[in-house]
Amino acid sequence: MVSIVLVSIAIVFVLTYFKKWGWLWREWITTVDHKKIGIMYIIAALAMLFRGGVDALLMRTQLTLPGMEFLDSQHYNEIFTTHGTIMIIFMAMPFLIGLMNYIVPLQIGARDVAFPFLNALSFWSFAFGAMIFNLSFVIGGSPDAGWTSYTPMAGAALNPGPAQNYYLIGLQVAGIGTLATGINFMVTILKMRAPGMNMMRLPIFTWSTFITSFIIVFAFPILTVALALMTIDRIFGSHFFTLTGEGMPMMWANLFWLWGHPEVYIVILPAFGIFSEVISTFARKQLFGYKAMVYSMVVIAGLSFIVWVHHFFTMGAGGGVNSFFSITTMLIAVPTGVKIFNWLGTMYKGRIRFDTPMLWSLAFIPCFVIGGVTGVMLAMAAADYQYHNTYFLVAHFHYVLIAGTVFGCFAGLTFWYPKMFGHKMNEKLGKISFWLFVIGFNVCFFPMYFLGFAGMPRRTYTIEPEWMPLNVTASIGAVLMAIGFAVFVYNIYYSFRYSKRETHGDTWDGRALEWATTTPVPFYNFATVPKVEGPEAYWILKEKGGTTYEKDKVEPIHMPSDSGIPFIMMAFMFVASFGLIWEWMWMAIPGIIGVLVCMVIRSFDYDDGFYVSVKEIKRIEEKAREGEQ
Amino acid sequence: MSAHTDLNTGPLEYRSHEGRMTILGFWIFLGAEVVLFSTLFATYAVLFGKTADAPVPAELFELPMVLIMTFLLLTSSFTCGIAIHHMRRGSLKGLFVWLGITLALGLGFLGFEIYEFVHYAHEGASLPSSAFWSAFFVLTGTHGLHVLLGIGWAVLILIQLRQRGLTPVTSRKVFVVGLYWHFLDVIWIFIFTSVYLIGMVV
Repeated sequence: MVSIVLVSIAIVFVLTYFKKWGWLWREWITTVDHKKIGIMYIIAALAMLFRGGVDALLMRTQLTLPGMEFLDSQHYNEIFTTHGTIMIIFMAMPFLIGLMNYIVPLQIGARDVAFPFLNALSFWSFAFGAMIFNLSFVIGGSPDAGWTSYTPMAGAALNPGPAQNYYLIGLQVAGIGTLATGINFMVTILKMRAPGMNMMRLPIFTWSTFITSFIIVFAFPILTVALALMTIDRIFGSHFFTLTGEGMPMMWANLFWLWGHPEVYIVILPAFGIFSEVISTFARKQLFGYKAMVYSMVVIAGLSFIVWVHHFFTMGAGGGVNSFFSITTMLIAVPTGVKIFNWLGTMYKGRIRFDTPMLWSLAFIPCFVIGGVTGVMLAMAAADYQYHNTYFLVAHFHYVLIAGTVFGCFAGLTFWYPKMFGHKMNEKLGKISFWLFVIGFNVCFFPMYFLGFAGMPRRTYTIEPEWMPLNVTASIGAVLMAIGFAVFVYNIYYSFRYSKRETHGDTWDGRALEWATTTPVPFYNFATVPKVEGPEAYWILKEKGGTTYEKDKVEPIHMPSDSGIPFIMMAFMFVASFGLIWEWMWMAIPGIIGVLVCMVIRSFDYDDGFYVSVKEIKRIEEKAREGEQ
Repeated sequence: MSAHTDLNTGPLEYRSHEGRMTILGFWIFLGAEVVLFSTLFATYAVLFGKTADAPVPAELFELPMVLIMTFLLLTSSFTCGIAIHHMRRGSLKGLFVWLGITLALGLGFLGFEIYEFVHYAHEGASLPSSAFWSAFFVLTGTHGLHVLLGIGWAVLILIQLRQRGLTPVTSRKVFVVGLYWHFLDVIWIFIFTSVYLIGMVV
């Protein structure tokens, strides 16, 4: 808490001292440029990864030795709740959405997303949602019912006060933005593709974004309703999930996981897309089994909606229901296996380069397989009675989520870093951080499988003496991961200071269109949009000696204007949310009115953007392409 | 390229690339709304009959009033269609008149709904009465709130039509609000059958 206040004061001081407020407002807060929004998403996600990571270290410290008195049970509950929520909702998803924002329009040869204003709105709703959630630790108490917030434990009767409201409303505000992002990317990919790029020529990361957007659009409204129902229960006294008034607490588990399981694939499919791009680039081969990759993602997306009951096999659904969900769950292993073999097939006979992004992708495969196989073990309903709510489960989902999503985020960030910032990340530091993190990860989570077999329950704040050796090992692994992450962050600073600047847009000898434009990318992305003539559009373009800057074909480019409305609107939403959390209607109602007023102003806003002149485009392109020839 | 170009023929709202994208985006948004209402219907179905000590629905639901509400809303969908027809013909006046009638019918529907809610509350059935009534009020209330927002939204567009006349942008806005209005009608048909009709017999 003290640290949050200190950091906030420091940021305000630095900004005032260097007179950067105007710059921040003009260049970042009001921007509708998908590339800047992507970078803001990634910065925020890294901050949240730090925060969630500190939570994890606190928990590991408490669990290292039996009888530790580092955290009391209440504090421990709050920390595992926020750790889970932050990592999934405010770290994994925004990190991937940030990469999508930056890369997808470039990959399909578009100048922006379909709805740039809405995109800014999505970002600010995520940012203010995260702020609301993080504020809980400072004012009024942190939620403590687990990231799943099962009722009746999370209901008003057993969990009074504002803490749980922070969870409900913070997620609600962020969720609105995610839904908008899903719609935005579906339309972008369907309607903004460069000429000649049909759906089966889309780069695989764009395909994964498209399918993820589909899952978002059909899963997030369920979360919206579930959160709203519990909010109404808590604040207005209805009886959806209560034990009185014939409410049904079990319905929460169903609604939550009907969203929550697809959510798992929302954070894993884009990572699969990243690995596919990285592996094919660094194996210097076309992706093996492109169509199989696409279809398996479609199948995974479909199956993700019919497995949710496996999250509560032991809650008495009966044999028939458990069997059904057991089988659908295991079926997911089939398309996932297809993908694993396709990655191996891509590398087969490739001339592999071992740069940092490739290392993360290579480490992903065995780690993810371990996570996947133990997932099948958990999917057997009968066997699940043995492992459920033990550290076996904790090990399983960290193996899939860290090896899948976190490795994917690191791979994607180092892979596209030169495109974003104009210089590579330092390879040596990158490899140090990679080895520390991956070794730490295995040392931390592999023992947890055995702890699970030994009967150590999850969400326990104190351990038995016989579980100590493995817990000590796990804590050492956690520290290694933390050091690895610290090196990663230091690498960002180091590369910013010392790395060689890129003079060429095509850092890694890439294959998709994002490498076809200059680095750093001009705000209009492409001076002239190339005609796509096959899969791996840029590869073909390079072979033919084509370019995205054909001097005589340059035409004025239409771009959207920046707007401060998304930020202001979500600031009002923040006020409204804070009022609702504390059940202060005098504060909530003016906040809502502020949001509505912003919507009315937007409705009357006929600003149609502006045109970039041919002269201006030529000036920018000549300057950016100086070093190339 | 064909997909990105502006057209000179066809309905006004589809002529610009931006207009086509917005309309597609709105269809996808309606898909999300279908999921939202499906979740509320599922919740209602699960909590059906969980009335605790509160009155049961058959005691309170009255067919004549619900029929009037249904009549008002379905007719408003019809008049909304006529409004779009006038827009296609380029008649701003016809669009104004018929969209105005649509909104008046919507307001009538809302009036009945508010009266209904107040009446039920007097009879001892309100949001906190029981799980069933919670589900009932949240489902119908969410629909009612959508109708209210739709009316406010359409009024804003009417003002813009007065200011700017029929352009690709204003016609796209009218078309989108029309889609929204028909969607609310479809949802109401499900509420009418699965909430009121079933509630009256069981």
